[in-house]
Amino acid sequence: MLNPGVTDMEIEDPRPLPEPALLQAPPPATGLRPASFAQPDLPLTDPSVLSAPTMLRVDRLNLFYGEKQALSDINLQVARNSVMAFIGPSGCGKSTLLRCLNRMNDLIDNVRIQGRVLLGDTDVYAPETDVIALRKRAGMVFQKSNPFPKSIFENVAYGLRIQGQGDRTVLEEAVERSLKGAGLWDEVKDRLKDSAQGLSGGQQQRLCIARALAVRPEVILMDEPCSALDPIATARVEELILELKREFTIVIVTHNMQQAARVSDHTAFFWMGKLIESGLTEKMFTNPGHRMTEDYITGRFG
Amino acid sequence: MRQFDQELRDLRDGLLSMAGLAEEMIDLTIQALTERSRTKAEQVMAMDRGLDEWELKLDRLCIDLLALRSPAAGDLRLIASSLKIVPELERIGDHCCNIARRATYVHPPILSSGSLERLGQETRGMVRMAVDAFIGSDAGLARTVIKSDDSVDELYGQIYRELLRRMMSDPLSIERASHLILVIKNWERIADQATNIAEEVLFILEGRSAKHPYLQGDSVE
Repeated sequence: MLNPGVTDMEIEDPRPLPEPALLQAPPPATGLRPASFAQPDLPLTDPSVLSAPTMLRVDRLNLFYGEKQALSDINLQVARNSVMAFIGPSGCGKSTLLRCLNRMNDLIDNVRIQGRVLLGDTDVYAPETDVIALRKRAGMVFQKSNPFPKSIFENVAYGLRIQGQGDRTVLEEAVERSLKGAGLWDEVKDRLKDSAQGLSGGQQQRLCIARALAVRPEVILMDEPCSALDPIATARVEELILELKREFTIVIVTHNMQQAARVSDHTAFFWMGKLIESGLTEKMFTNPGHRMTEDYITGRFG
Repeated sequence: MRQFDQELRDLRDGLLSMAGLAEEMIDLTIQALTERSRTKAEQVMAMDRGLDEWELKLDRLCIDLLALRSPAAGDLRLIASSLKIVPELERIGDHCCNIARRATYVHPPILSSGSLERLGQETRGMVRMAVDAFIGSDAGLARTVIKSDDSVDELYGQIYRELLRRMMSDPLSIERASHLILVIKNWERIADQATNIAEEVLFILEGRSAKHPYLQGDSVE
């Protein structure tokens, strides 16, 4: 035997063939199939996300900076307790859209917005909408962590204080809850009076998340929250995002495609102010529907 | 060309070389069988080493690409499916060896003329089509391969029954017939391997599994 490594004993048969009955015609191959067999259920996305009620809804949104159109006819929905990632090249409009969701663009001169954004049942751009109350419901975490030059405690308590909350017990309870929610409590509980500026970059970013959580928002908008963090701090924030979505709805803008793949349930791809494609993240990263999406996520864009 | 594109091209080229070697082995196996050639049978068995080497090399390349390139979409599907196509090709080589090893034991002929040759040729045709479907990104051809499997299964069944009849009527043929049963079983398995490859080609091209359509609520047209 020239090749002892190969024997008939090795022939396994994952495609079983009906063993031909003695002198009878073999049964049709389909006869082999189990009559009923549970569909293997391996969803990467929690199926409840697919049927969850809509938390954010963008209808035919157009945005102009002066004459220049920055967003064109955007239609998008974000399900409650899910994570939506916005991806796309610089200047594609993803951060602009994020800022539309809690009217941060109001702060920029010369902006004109058409269309509708709904946060729950609230029409975000209706004249009667209270912008402060709106931003309380949809908090924001920015690319660069921006703790105030105050103590850790006062940073987290800030939102409640400007709402007029002065009760020390209420504030302490809120600070502890928020720092725990942001996964920072154990690291800072013994030095709440220390300046927030003494924290590491990753801790500062989690402090900003805690600050956003303190006012009990419904939505957390994150604009490249990890782009200035090292991989360990990034991993902590990503784990945090996955925990936070049990309670909140999260929209995250990221340039890091793997981050979008790791943390989001849905991904939306933008290009030149247009929403090219959005869908389940695993579908977007294994079999996107649009050629441009494929080119972008495989690094062949432009 | 980007480095990553060059690496993906290396992967495709490697798969094609490996598939080409497997096809050569099949051709030589058919010849060894029809010519009762011990020399050709030994050649087949010697070629198996080449497939084994390709398997190690391409497995390594795929793992490296997954680890270093974080592939997505079509790139990811090509790499993931390559990891499944490679062992199918390697197995085709093993089955060829199993057949070739019996090339000199199965004569004088006890089968009606042509049926064993036809089984070899049909199987060979399926492997060629599967490889061509990969090369030409041809989903239609891949589906043809999957459909052809039924006809090979049927031919296998016919020959099997013929061999049983022969053994019952002529006990002296039992040894040869037993070898032949293993030969036809190995051909039938190679056809299954071609089918598996065609399913992977469909996954690469269309992004959804073509396996077990009855579990996915549809059928492969």
